[in-house]
Parts: sequence; structure tokens; C-alpha cells
Amino acid sequence: MEILEIQNLTKIYKDGTTALRDISFNVKKGEFAIIIGSSGAGKSTILRSINRLVQPTSGSILFQNKEITTSSKGELRKIRREMGMIFQGFHLIKRVSVLKNVLHGRLGYMNSFKGAIGAFSKEDEEAAWSLLERVGLTDQAYKRAGELSGGQQQRVAIARALAQKPALILADEPIASLDPTTSETIMNYLYQICHEDGITCIVNLHQVEVAKRYATRILGVQQGTIIFDGSATELSDSEIQHIYQKKLVV
Amino acid sequence: MKENMPINNNIITSPSKTEPPRKKTKRDRFLTGILIFGGLFFIFSLIQLNLDYSRLISGTSKLFSFVGHMMPPDFSTWEKVIGAGLESLQIAIVGTSIGVVLALFLSFLAAENLSPHRTISWMIKGIAAFVRAIPALIWVLIFIVAVGMGPFPGILALAFNSLGMLVKVFAQSIEEIDDGVLEAMRSTGASWMQVIFQGVIPTVLTAYMSWSIFRLEIDFRYATILGMVGAGGIGWELTSAMRMYRLEEASFIILVIFLMVFTVEVTGNQLKKMIQRI
Repeated sequence: MEILEIQNLTKIYKDGTTALRDISFNVKKGEFAIIIGSSGAGKSTILRSINRLVQPTSGSILFQNKEITTSSKGELRKIRREMGMIFQGFHLIKRVSVLKNVLHGRLGYMNSFKGAIGAFSKEDEEAAWSLLERVGLTDQAYKRAGELSGGQQQRVAIARALAQKPALILADEPIASLDPTTSETIMNYLYQICHEDGITCIVNLHQVEVAKRYATRILGVQQGTIIFDGSATELSDSEIQHIYQKKLVV
Repeated sequence: MKENMPINNNIITSPSKTEPPRKKTKRDRFLTGILIFGGLFFIFSLIQLNLDYSRLISGTSKLFSFVGHMMPPDFSTWEKVIGAGLESLQIAIVGTSIGVVLALFLSFLAAENLSPHRTISWMIKGIAAFVRAIPALIWVLIFIVAVGMGPFPGILALAFNSLGMLVKVFAQSIEEIDDGVLEAMRSTGASWMQVIFQGVIPTVLTAYMSWSIFRLEIDFRYATILGMVGAGGIGWELTSAMRMYRLEEASFIILVIFLMVFTVEVTGNQLKKMIQRI
């Protein structure tokens, strides 16, 4: 079953850079898809188009059979709460407690006012606690997010994304600012949780080796087009070279 | 930005050999020109204003005898003076508070990374710049005409003047927040109001508090002066004492003003230090 159908997606930024050229691909429910490619290839733009942090120039994105490129602000809130997003820079509210940061994942489900004053329900709080237990941070719950180490902050960010009870998780370079050991922990958490909960996951990665280890499917992006789409075993060394090779500008 | 810097440095520090660094000499010549012009204008002004320097000598003795008349300070009216001093403090606190609350809401609309539309942001920033450009003393004269003498025009003047400054610095604090943090909040499906209350306010809270205290210090100093043109408080007492040549009382009032301004500043600094530690 397809959870995401992207067709002829093109993004040209205001300064004239073409980030995506006519990209089409589908993602099935439960896939752990990893997008690889060099910096500036358009990986981030793909992810950010899916939750409309970036407005695509043309093309269509169907999420759970609903067109989302044209949805209104109100509809967009409902779509976004179904998609958790994890960033390279963690992007937590540093001055707020870890627990509160996890609870922020519930904001999309609350009415604007209740969410603004932080009147989270009992169930939401209990859910947040059990998520913290899952990422092994119960003892840090009342600490400020900014006091935690990078790896811990990323685990909070994962818990925040999970608090949304998402159908899809988008992870934009989730381990790019972490050391190798921490990176492995984070990838393990992400993979295991998505696997256990049946959450579809799309990850942008730099590290081909890591990609090969976790991905159920790998997409290779170069200069705004998908030039590889297959399993980890199909990704040969020459393919990797091809993906990371800069095309000559004519 | 950071990636561009070394490139820019290169251009400035190592100009190619075939082309002399023409830009630099041009700029130097321009600055020298301004400096020479400034010096000449200074000399011209001294001559043109035709200052009578002998008055400086006679004036000094007058000043000393005036200060002599002010001594010793007359403490007998202390109840009235302290009361007026407290009124100035009240004017400052109420005026600043109104300014802070209004600026708080306007800053969310003024900050470019949060504003619903860029035009709204520019409009609010423009109005704030205009309000800021008019000195508090002019504002109080306008409000005296509008609502009469007393503390009320003082409060309004300080509220407006604070608003002009605080909208600017509050909006800047918001604009300093990493875009990613706001994006992360938005991508959970949080609404504009939720992003502000759950994400922005906790992040900028300490900065806002420090700015507000800093502004209160300024406003208290203004409040003592604004009274002199009829906006209530201790300034008014000072003007009346001077007009009636009750110089001993005037010196006492000046002493009280000094002590109060000093206390407010010291307390403010302590509070700001405490906030930084939060």
C-alpha cells in the first residue's frame, strides 16, 4: 500500500536554483527509505516539500491518497501532525523541560488556545512519559532540553516526533552532527521504533555505509533528480560513485 | 554568511598585482575629507556663534554663590518631596509596563520570521521607528494638551516612548531565534499562537525581562525630568521650588532624585544579573 506518491515534483527557488527536477517516486507503508546524495543534491528539499516547509513549484504529492501541495492552512496542520520530522540540529526549545518538548508533539491535535497555554491532557502526559522511557531519558524529564548532550537531544526530538503518533517520519540528516557511536544509537532507536510501530520513515543521509545497513530501500539523488532507486544490495560501488560524482555543467 | 567571509577577506587583503587597490585609497580620501570638513566647521561655528567668553568668568562666581544659597539642603518638606518621588517611580513603572505589554504583542507581528506578512512587519517597525524618533519630552507636551497636567500625560508619554524602543529590541530577539526551531514547531502541526506561546516566549523570556528592566531605568530618569514640564512627580516639585527661589528645598529635591535614580539603577543591574543566571 502506498503511503506517499510523488509525481513530477519540481522546485525552483526564488534565486533561480533548480533544487528538484521532475522527481517521481512512491513510498510504501512500513518502508525505511534512505535518500543519499552529496550536499546540495536536493535531499532536504524533497523531505521539506513533503511536509510543506518548502512549497513545491509544480508537481503533486499524495499522502495517504490526499493531495497536499494545495491544501489550506487548516488542512496543513492536520497533515503535518501525521508526519514527525527530525532535524540535523535537533531544534528543541532549549529553555523548556525535556518533558514539555516531547509534549509539543501533541500541539497539532489540540485547539489553538489550549495548546498555547500548555494545557496538555493527562493521557498526553502519560504518553510522553512512556515515550521518554522508550528513548531512555526518564531521569532527564525535568531538565532543560538545552542541558542535554547532542545525542540525548536527538532522542528527545525522536520522542517529540513519536508523540505526534505519526504515520510517517521524515529525518533530515539526523546524525550529521553526532559522533559515530552516538550516531549508531540514534539510528538504532529510529529504525527499531519505526519497525515496531509500523511507521514509515524517510531519512536523508550522508553516510553510505550507514544507509546500506538500515535501509529497506535506497534512493540516490544527484542534482535534483533520482538516479538510483533500489535495495542496499543493488547499490554497487560504481553506483555510489555515480551518485556522488558531480555532473559537468554544460 | 560564515562561508562567505574568508572570500571577502581575500579580496580586501590581497588585491591582484596588476590592479592597484583603488577602492581603499578612495575610501581613505573620503574619510580624510570628512575629518577636514568637520574640523573647519568646528572653527567656523566658534567664530560664527560669537560666544562671549568673559561671561564664563563672571558666570562661575555667580554659579558658586547660587550653589551657596542652596546649602544647606532643607529637609523640612521631606514628606511632600518623598511622596512626589514615589509618584515619579509610579509613573515610570506604570508607563513602562504598558509599553512592555503592548510591545510584547506587537513584536510577534513585527519579527520577520514570525509575522503573518512582511508588510505587517514593515508597517509595525516603521510606526515604532517614528514613535521612537520623537523624544519623550515632546510626547509629554502633546499628551498634556490632550489630557491635561498630572501623572497621566507622563504615563502615556513613557508608554509610547518605551513602545518605540521595545518593539525594535523585542523583534530583534525573536529574529535571532534559529529558524529551524520555529520550523520544528510548525512541522508538528502547531498553530501560529502555539508556536509563539510554547516556543518563542520561553526562548526570548529572559531577553525580554532584561530589556524591560533596562527600559524602566531609562523611564525613571525621564519621569523625574518630565515632571518639570507639568507631568507630575518630583520634577514638578523641583521646578516650583526653583521658581520660588526656595533653593535649599531644590537642593534637597536634587539629592532625592540622585539617590532614587542611583537606587533604581543598582537594583536593575542586580535583577539583570539574576535573570542571566536563570
